Amino acid sequence: MTSTVESLGSVSQPPHVSKGTKSSAWILSKRYWYWLSFILPAIPLASGYLAIETGHGIWLWFTVAVLYAILPAADYIFGTDDANPDDELVEKLKGERYYVYIMYLATFVHWASLVGMAYIVSQYDWSWFSILGGAVSAGIINGVGLVAGHEMGHKVNDRAQATCAKLVLACSGYGHFCIEHNKGHHKDVATPEDPASSKFGESIYKFVKREIPGAFRRAWSLESARLERLGKSEWSMSNEILQSGLITVVAYTLMLAYWGPVMIPFLMIAAGYGWWQLTCANYVEHYGLLRLKNENGRYERCQPHHSWNSNHKASNLILLHLQRHSDHHAHPTRPYQVLRDYADVPSLPSGYPWMFVLAMIPSAWYSVMNPKVIEWAGGDMNKVNVDPDLKEDIFNRYHQPQKTNEAA
Amino acid sequence: MKKYECPDCGFIYDEAKGAQHEGYPPGFKWEDLPEDFPCPECFVREKPDFILLEN
Repeated sequence: MTSTVESLGSVSQPPHVSKGTKSSAWILSKRYWYWLSFILPAIPLASGYLAIETGHGIWLWFTVAVLYAILPAADYIFGTDDANPDDELVEKLKGERYYVYIMYLATFVHWASLVGMAYIVSQYDWSWFSILGGAVSAGIINGVGLVAGHEMGHKVNDRAQATCAKLVLACSGYGHFCIEHNKGHHKDVATPEDPASSKFGESIYKFVKREIPGAFRRAWSLESARLERLGKSEWSMSNEILQSGLITVVAYTLMLAYWGPVMIPFLMIAAGYGWWQLTCANYVEHYGLLRLKNENGRYERCQPHHSWNSNHKASNLILLHLQRHSDHHAHPTRPYQVLRDYADVPSLPSGYPWMFVLAMIPSAWYSVMNPKVIEWAGGDMNKVNVDPDLKEDIFNRYHQPQKTNEAA
Repeated sequence: MKKYECPDCGFIYDEAKGAQHEGYPPGFKWEDLPEDFPCPECFVREKPDFILLEN
């Protein structure tokens, strides 16, 4: 195994550690920047208020502009975040409950945001276009809620965090995420078996048809197996997928009952666009990357070079350092405030917001990312997670393993 | 009763406690766990990766 793995040119180095008071001061000051986790979900409410006050329904689209225009611009302007906490700072920060309380508050604001936007679109006279803007905005915030759910959902042995994860994931009816992600995606990441790892040559529109049903099936199967070991039915209320699903059903039913049929398209679009944000994240996080098998037939352990990393400052503050994805997959239980950047890992040219835009335009995505994957694998397409439907064509066009040997 | 530690996240499988949420009750022997038993905290290490703790 060792020789095979080491032949990859991108074996990751340990995280570089920033020294000096300036770096530490910035890391410590992030404790206030993380307030963005509950400020961001309030943006649709603020834009809804402006829409009501001015009578211009176009304000209901404002959150869409935040994600796809303002955040990419902020990433471009503020660049990358050079500060990595040293071991002493990691020890100091990782157990501080303050960072968890921010997540609890974010859970509350996410529900307030969804219900508030549902109220705004249903109780005032808007054009269908404005309602669509409100629904997509709510969907974007549901996607941000999945990031909070992801963070808390990894803390499986902290009952309060696990409960809040279920609550916030219920905003978009994606309660199976914790099981699917922790026990499924993290185990199978960067392998052909993982429905949540995208393959070289696979467009996001093809990926989503594999990802959404595959993720749900895997979650249900894992939960059924756990309940069987406990001697319980998969339809019992101990089923954590059903627990979260029940919260969604009750909340959506109440909104439908009180605020009428407009809730049907609104909630479907808001939930669906939330799911789409997750699809976008899954698509960009491991595109084409492949873990190799050792002599025993087991995949090598997931290492930092099996994730696309992005160290952009602005989007990392919004997304709880999720984009320091190499560290996250190498150490999944590490809390967001102490995730670190790695040197020599595959890196995205921008933060997620702009990468999502590229992902939605497959030709643009391929032109930016395919050369990066080929470089990562040293031209050996046997070391790439390739879409099997396009394997022959991809190998004919890109497979040049000799180049690696010459370079070495 | 033996104890085994996950080399990534430090979770300790204590046979006396088992891993109840995952359906392995107190007293569940290490050797009876399946080979693909994942660490019930980080889920990225499996039974063959765990380290036996002395005493």
